[in-house]
Amino acid sequence: MSEQVIEVPKQHQIALKKVLSPIHIWGLGVGIVLVGEYMGWNFSVAKGGALGSLIACWVIGLLYTCVAMIDSEVTSTVAAAGGQYTQAKHIIGPLMAFNVALYLVLAYTMLEAADATVFGDLLQEVAGNFGVANLDPKPFVFLCIIFLAWLNYRGVFVTLTFNFVITAFAFIAIILVFFGVSPWSPGVVLHHADLIHGLPYGWIGIIAAFQFGMWYYLGIEGTCQAAEECRSAARSIPLGTMSGMITLVIAASLTWYICSGLLPWEYLGQATTPLYDAARVTNSTWMQVIMFVATVFSNLASANGCINDASRAWFSLSRDRYMPPVFGAVHPHYRTPYRSILFLIPIAVSFAFTNLLDQIITFSILSGLLGYTFMSINMVRFRRLWPLGSIHRGYIHPFHPLPAVMLFLLCVTVYFATYLGYGGQLLSIMAFFIVASLWFSFHRYQYVKRGDQFTMPWPRPKGY
Amino acid sequence: MAKAHFVPKIQSKLGQFVDCILILVLVYVSLYAPLFMQGKDNGNSSNSSQKVTWQSLNQNTYEAGQWKKLGYTPQQAQPIIQTRFEYSISWPVLGLTALVIIGYYVFMLKISDKEYREVIREKFGDRP
Repeated sequence: MSEQVIEVPKQHQIALKKVLSPIHIWGLGVGIVLVGEYMGWNFSVAKGGALGSLIACWVIGLLYTCVAMIDSEVTSTVAAAGGQYTQAKHIIGPLMAFNVALYLVLAYTMLEAADATVFGDLLQEVAGNFGVANLDPKPFVFLCIIFLAWLNYRGVFVTLTFNFVITAFAFIAIILVFFGVSPWSPGVVLHHADLIHGLPYGWIGIIAAFQFGMWYYLGIEGTCQAAEECRSAARSIPLGTMSGMITLVIAASLTWYICSGLLPWEYLGQATTPLYDAARVTNSTWMQVIMFVATVFSNLASANGCINDASRAWFSLSRDRYMPPVFGAVHPHYRTPYRSILFLIPIAVSFAFTNLLDQIITFSILSGLLGYTFMSINMVRFRRLWPLGSIHRGYIHPFHPLPAVMLFLLCVTVYFATYLGYGGQLLSIMAFFIVASLWFSFHRYQYVKRGDQFTMPWPRPKGY
Repeated sequence: MAKAHFVPKIQSKLGQFVDCILILVLVYVSLYAPLFMQGKDNGNSSNSSQKVTWQSLNQNTYEAGQWKKLGYTPQQAQPIIQTRFEYSISWPVLGLTALVIIGYYVFMLKISDKEYREVIREKFGDRP
């Protein structure tokens, strides 16, 4: 290993634009996740019955509340693109950071592919209802990804303003349909007593439901990716993330209540678009139309947010030379990580065209889960290396280390849930991350500048 | 005191391209690998040759009505209704899975710590 004394030159670099406010952070976080209420959460019903799904919704809600609390503190202090990747780089070390960035890029790119696939399938289904049989969804999937990538290329402000508007519509749509099904009159439209039959698999079914229970909230941690583009990260990230989490708990509970009161649990457990199907069986045209539009909007919002987040994570990796530095460029006019955005388009399209929706969703969920496990370790180290008062924190979360410990234990439970349903995928994905880690340590890290990785104006970490 | 900086190697364009492709290939391998393994559990369904009715599928009047609204006949709904998951635990496989996950994190944290010390030494100088 060659070492020499050099001076690090100061370079003028074009930075990402600081234009975002709390509503954009809300639009990004909720936008990525809300699609989970329109599709995906209901697979937890198949795993543990309707009641099992509700318990999973609340327990996993607790997991994500811990994630939101931890993220709010660390991100409001480490306000940089890359989010958890940059946190890992400063708090744990390069190999962890590389892995975290891979979790992020893969989780978001695969979620984007899943969103676009469902968008295409939904158009195909509706076209079928109007007599256009066998509509090929692939061109629509492709156009959806291209349109959203173009939006991201043109600027973060317009991208996340668009996301805020369509996400707000999708959220309000759930509330409107909730009131539309007269929840104050059980047995009129909603028939929970006729449709809920206890726990078909007992308590182990509830644990198994945790895996898809993550779909209620998966991606809320993506708010951190926008930290470098916030006018005030210390204000926007905690406000946007916490309010986003509250929005999601409300949306998840309402969604469960509507769907479990209208659809047989066996059907619900395998439905592609459960809220839209729930609207169909009400025989109400306005509810059906609003749910169709909202399902499309939620898919677009999620894919849009995923492009934003995956590109920031890839950009950050490349900026630090963890991956080829060519992708670390910022557009001189739009001030977006345009090369990363463009690079990820064909990858997302290829994932969408694999017809492996199951595998893609499981890979996405597991990448998220590995990231949450990291967060619990990261939080404990963060407080230990820089105790309260040693650096300025934008936000300090209460009850430390309780959220970190709780998050870790819940992650262990979800690993077990994943083993119950997708043990093969779990081992396969772990093998991928182990091989990627070896590749990074023994090959890729030789291209990385060591001291340049630590960019925060903090004192030396305690114990180092 | 001047700090000693590690000078990273410069990678060729071809090398950068190969690195990107390699990661992508690994992702695809891990996506397709489970298809060739026995680990996937899609649930089991049983079909019988007897005449299927909503009653024989244990669906009450309201449930049968909802299935009809969704466009299903008892025959079409049967495989959905009768699909069941089996949550059997193979302790050796569970142990192996736990070992892989724990081993992965231990390896990653140990190597990260070694690399982190190098970063801190270069950034802040030798430990006082």
